[in-house]
Amino acid sequence: MSATASLTAEAPNYLRDGSTLGSWLFTTDHKRIAILFAIGITIFFFIGGTAISIVRLELVTPAGDLVSDDTYNKLFTIHGIVMVWFFLVPSIPATFGNFLLPIMIGAKDLAFPRLNLLSWYLYIAGAAFTVITLIAGGVDTGWTFYTPYSTMFSNTAVLTAAAGVIVVGFSSVLTGVNFIATTHMLRAPGMTWFRLPLFVWGIYATSLVMVLATPVLAMTLLLVIAERWLDLPIFDPSRGGDPLLFQHLFWFYSHPAVYIMILPAMGVVSEIVACFARRRLFGYSFMVYCLVAIAVIGFFVWGHHMFVSGQSAYANLVFSFMSFMVAVPSAIKVFNWTATLYRGSISFDAPMLYAFGFLGLFTIGGLTGLFLATVPIDIHVTDTYFVIAHFHYIMVGGAVSAYFGGLHFWWPKITGRMYPGSWARFAAILMFFGFNFTFFPQFVMGYLGMPRRYHAYPPEFQVYHVLSSAGAAVLGVAYLLPLCYFAWSFFYGKRAPANPWQATGLEWQTSSPPPTGNFVAVPAVTDPYEYHPKEGPIDVQGQLL
Amino acid sequence: MSERVFLRTPWETLARQHVAVSFGMWVFLASEILLFAGLFGGYSIYRSLYPHGFLAAGRETDIVYGSVNTAILMTSSLTIAVAGRFARAGFGAAARRLLIATIALGLLFLVLKGFEYREDLEKHLFPGPDFPLAQKGAQLFFSLYWIMTGVHAIHVSCGLIAVGRLAFLSRRRVDWLWGSGSEEATALYWHLVDVIWIVLYPLLYLTGRSGHG
Repeated sequence: MSATASLTAEAPNYLRDGSTLGSWLFTTDHKRIAILFAIGITIFFFIGGTAISIVRLELVTPAGDLVSDDTYNKLFTIHGIVMVWFFLVPSIPATFGNFLLPIMIGAKDLAFPRLNLLSWYLYIAGAAFTVITLIAGGVDTGWTFYTPYSTMFSNTAVLTAAAGVIVVGFSSVLTGVNFIATTHMLRAPGMTWFRLPLFVWGIYATSLVMVLATPVLAMTLLLVIAERWLDLPIFDPSRGGDPLLFQHLFWFYSHPAVYIMILPAMGVVSEIVACFARRRLFGYSFMVYCLVAIAVIGFFVWGHHMFVSGQSAYANLVFSFMSFMVAVPSAIKVFNWTATLYRGSISFDAPMLYAFGFLGLFTIGGLTGLFLATVPIDIHVTDTYFVIAHFHYIMVGGAVSAYFGGLHFWWPKITGRMYPGSWARFAAILMFFGFNFTFFPQFVMGYLGMPRRYHAYPPEFQVYHVLSSAGAAVLGVAYLLPLCYFAWSFFYGKRAPANPWQATGLEWQTSSPPPTGNFVAVPAVTDPYEYHPKEGPIDVQGQLL
Repeated sequence: MSERVFLRTPWETLARQHVAVSFGMWVFLASEILLFAGLFGGYSIYRSLYPHGFLAAGRETDIVYGSVNTAILMTSSLTIAVAGRFARAGFGAAARRLLIATIALGLLFLVLKGFEYREDLEKHLFPGPDFPLAQKGAQLFFSLYWIMTGVHAIHVSCGLIAVGRLAFLSRRRVDWLWGSGSEEATALYWHLVDVIWIVLYPLLYLTGRSGHG
């Protein structure tokens, strides 16, 4: 007891440094702000999840009998807006990025701590405002706000929802600016660019996309507001406007937004795979180049959302080609993660199970993405459940699996507590099966012609919908389980040591949870992923001794 | 003498903090340029679709207000740039006077813009049933005119708040101007507002006025 007391006296951990509400709401400590973001995104995750649960329940029967068609449209819009903008975009960057970026590069905090707090207030205010209008009034345009429906015909709360999304966008931009400045200016002595952990590279590449793509979305939604509210002709074809302009501007942000979601996830998986395979990450520098290449090429593929919109055949050709191009660095990453496992000493702890889930599901999502990048196939399956399944394999199978993997990996560091490992492994496996159970049938029914966003459908699709809804129930349980055992762990879990996974990386050199200034002494920087010597004698099985 | 006063949490030296503040602002300015890029993209597309409508509409904007405002904004960029030089050279009082001149010029810009908007409204140049021009695309031009100048005016207002903050916080401690690093970041933002206007001016006021339209 006295040992613990003296340890806390030396370096009070950030959780103990003030216990009033004010010490949280006015904090500028990046770790506390990360916790604030985590609370926000968890609430929004379950709101978005509840909305889609009702949709899945409705789709059990072919007739639209549980909710009215208006309510149905509003429900899937809530799901889309909340999950994309208030959960997925901030999920890994604003929580793990906020918490870990300064620690991983050996800094005391982000470059602009007060700006970081402002990011959270903008996020929570914009998101809460939008969610209230979505629930109280409702929006029926889908998360894409396509014109002319959103500007001229929809009788729902498009204005306020779009305004809230713009505010959350500013939060995203400010977070991106903060992360970029931090990575450039606050690396500890010896932390060169090619010693950065891949998680930092993932966050850095994401920040570039956030800073350069999000403002275009803000302006696009502002134009929607101007057309709807002030009746200015912008996209209205009857007054000379071009609705396709909206789609170009919208997807100029919203396709890179997919990379905002997946690049940090790739960073998380790189950390986990190296640690639980006890291997130096295979092809580190190529992993870095691929992250940057995905971020850059990702800006030039938006037109693949518009193959059937009437854009020119030449534009289709170019966007199709670029979409194939972006698959190359993505594939290199998958191969490198797999190669990292080779001759590894693999342990199947919960974070690793989530990382394995990511690898498989991201690969399926990526390969079906190539189907969709092929114009003739895309024309066949446009706006069907095939597309829904594809992007859920990337965003949920990929990004959300990695989010949960990161949560299980860094939970001991963040809270200073261990969680029950067998429950966590069970949840990881359940999540993998629940996910496939939900979304694999959607590939099949989409290919057979079941359109997305339909309230009622022909009875021959019922078997797939029932499978999908049953899977969603399993998935729901798998998402609720971590909520329960993490809550238990936070209060009753075993105290975590500084480095429970014997991982490399500066975040494991400080105590769990870290002190307010992150480090008591300046940490010693080495190559990342030093899990075994680079060269040296090997034993008869080819293992490095 | 004032290192400790201005040094903020994660930074070890004031010099590094200053570089970081400016660097952060540059990154933010990249974001701002992309914000306007959507509008410039829309303008380019609609102008190529409706060249005659755009030229005819461009002749309806008020070139006197536009030109005077351009001169005012460019002068304000000069005053804030010189204010920074003065501050770093130790002429604190002169620097503050130049900041106040910048604020005055910015306010003057907004006031003149307000008068211009009133005249535009009197001429029914807000797209709608009374819009005077029949050419296709002319209404689109004016949609973009109102949105571009409106968003720009919001930026001028934000810039005024930022410059006002500098002037206010340096009222007792004039060394705050060069100590905190905010002066350079604020000036960068103000210059961006100016640069955006330099692009808006030919797009909205000089279009169709070459004599060949």
